[in-house]
Amino acid sequence: MNPYLLVDFGSTYTKLTCVDLENEYIIGTAKAPTTVETDVLDGYDKAFKYLISDHPEIKHISGISACSSAAGGLKMAAIGLVEELTVEAAKRACLGAGAIVTKVYSHHMTNKEAQELKDADIDIVLLAGGTNGGNKECILHNARKIKQFGIRVPVIVAGNKDAYDEIEEQFQESNIEYYFVNNVMPQLKKLDVSEAKHAIRKIFIDKIIEAKGIKKAEERIGEIIMPTPEAVLLAAELLSKGYEDEAGYGELIVIDIGGATTDVHTIGEGFPKRTEVILKGLEEPFAKRTVEGDLGMRYSANALLSLVSDYEFKRYFEEDDTCNHNIEKSLNRRSSHVDFIPKTKDEEEFDKAIAKICCDVSMSRHVGHVEVVHTPLGDMYYQTGKDLTGIQYVIGTGGVLINNKEAKKILKQVNKKSNKALELRPTNPSILIDKSYIMSAMGLLSQKYPKVALKLLKQYLM
Amino acid sequence: MNTVVIGVIGADVHAVGNKIIDYVLSENGFNVVNIGVLSSQEDFINAAIETDAKAILVSSLYGHGEMDCRYFKEKCVEAGLDHVKLYVGGNIVVGKQDFTEVEKRFKDMGFDRVYAPGQKIEDALKDLRHDLMVQ
Repeated sequence: MNPYLLVDFGSTYTKLTCVDLENEYIIGTAKAPTTVETDVLDGYDKAFKYLISDHPEIKHISGISACSSAAGGLKMAAIGLVEELTVEAAKRACLGAGAIVTKVYSHHMTNKEAQELKDADIDIVLLAGGTNGGNKECILHNARKIKQFGIRVPVIVAGNKDAYDEIEEQFQESNIEYYFVNNVMPQLKKLDVSEAKHAIRKIFIDKIIEAKGIKKAEERIGEIIMPTPEAVLLAAELLSKGYEDEAGYGELIVIDIGGATTDVHTIGEGFPKRTEVILKGLEEPFAKRTVEGDLGMRYSANALLSLVSDYEFKRYFEEDDTCNHNIEKSLNRRSSHVDFIPKTKDEEEFDKAIAKICCDVSMSRHVGHVEVVHTPLGDMYYQTGKDLTGIQYVIGTGGVLINNKEAKKILKQVNKKSNKALELRPTNPSILIDKSYIMSAMGLLSQKYPKVALKLLKQYLM
Repeated sequence: MNTVVIGVIGADVHAVGNKIIDYVLSENGFNVVNIGVLSSQEDFINAAIETDAKAILVSSLYGHGEMDCRYFKEKCVEAGLDHVKLYVGGNIVVGKQDFTEVEKRFKDMGFDRVYAPGQKIEDALKDLRHDLMVQ
């Protein structure tokens, strides 16, 4: 036996997954509430005690890796020039690195926006704008605003490289902590987000988890290597591509319905499948992640009120559902009591409807769309985003799905087509559930033991 | 290096001329940002903003150029690109029309240079060098 421990300091729970590297199986899992407010190790110790009492056969731990989304995860601001171009590129770099993008600015920042940025509860600013050799006046303006308002969080500069010397001169005489990386859009519509993502992860590890009190846990438990959502994306990528002689599952989607957000990850090119379809817009990343901050089971339940009308909401209830739901009251109750656990059948049904909406709406926003254009040469089709019609597997994770007997029914929403004919949704995918909640743990494990992680993913997703 | 944005406007998919323009201008020292066929006015404008382009060269071959180019200059002005030179060329109107007339119409619409069907890209290259004051 060679037990290896994977830790996820989540915003509500600290979750442990213990894997036997030798015999390639999951020995056990345990969780306890995260204790960021006191000492983060309290929650960890408690969870570890549960794990050991359930599995006394664990005598020693050969290694530990950890990820974290504690205290609301990694929050970022993305700044660029044109909305559809460098702003979008900057947003994608942040999302791909596991962040939530809470502030977005385009063109020249105003004093009001700069003040708002300073006051915002964010961890990192990503400053982009201009292709290499392109517009540098805008990024310089925004750099000056950042200096003028004394932004207190680290700034990653990932825009027109021609402006870097001047930006450095600006920032040098200030207290701003800054990092220069490759332009996220070096050429028009060409993305290069890997260096920016790397810088985000590095700052996350060096600074942010320290501020949240998790860093000191490192001495005892080993290194914290990435934000949790990035670990999920890595697991999805591994499962899709395979490793060495172990084949992968091909193109796939992972949907993570959480308390505050719904994250959708897709692994695949998503190129048009028909010759008369022309791809428009920004290049799509092979491993793509989107985060919907207004779709969640608890923290953001209230946001659903402004998103879907009562009439639309009712369509998500089961046909045989006879309960008389008070939609507004039930949603308010969930957002004001985020630890709410459904007890009655009515409450369960209501949670199921919320989960269906999260799944349906997040898919609408994530998948590509086609648009018909009538031309003198006949009808042509523009495609923006990824064509996901051929996706083989959809994997569901997150509390509501894992604990729901009808999780597969909820996930069937991914191919719901009613009046959405122009959305390139999966047509008939196989649905798998992350029953043992191992996605992020396997993403962590894949950094050192990709083969074991892949085998376990295949074994435990069902 | 001077950056120019080139592309084929509207629902037009003629790509050959676009490739020739790209080749000739690149060979002659311009940084060519080619946004390709089926491009909207907004695509040209967004590309010109991000790349700090000095000129936008619009191609149209299917006869509907006049419709596709309407209010292009106004949108450039709105986007702060009033200094950017605006060229158009190809088969830009329906049927055979007197070119002097056509040229006047497009110049009234705000285009700096208008090229007749069959006109050589070398002519545009000469004009571009002159307008942007490059050797």
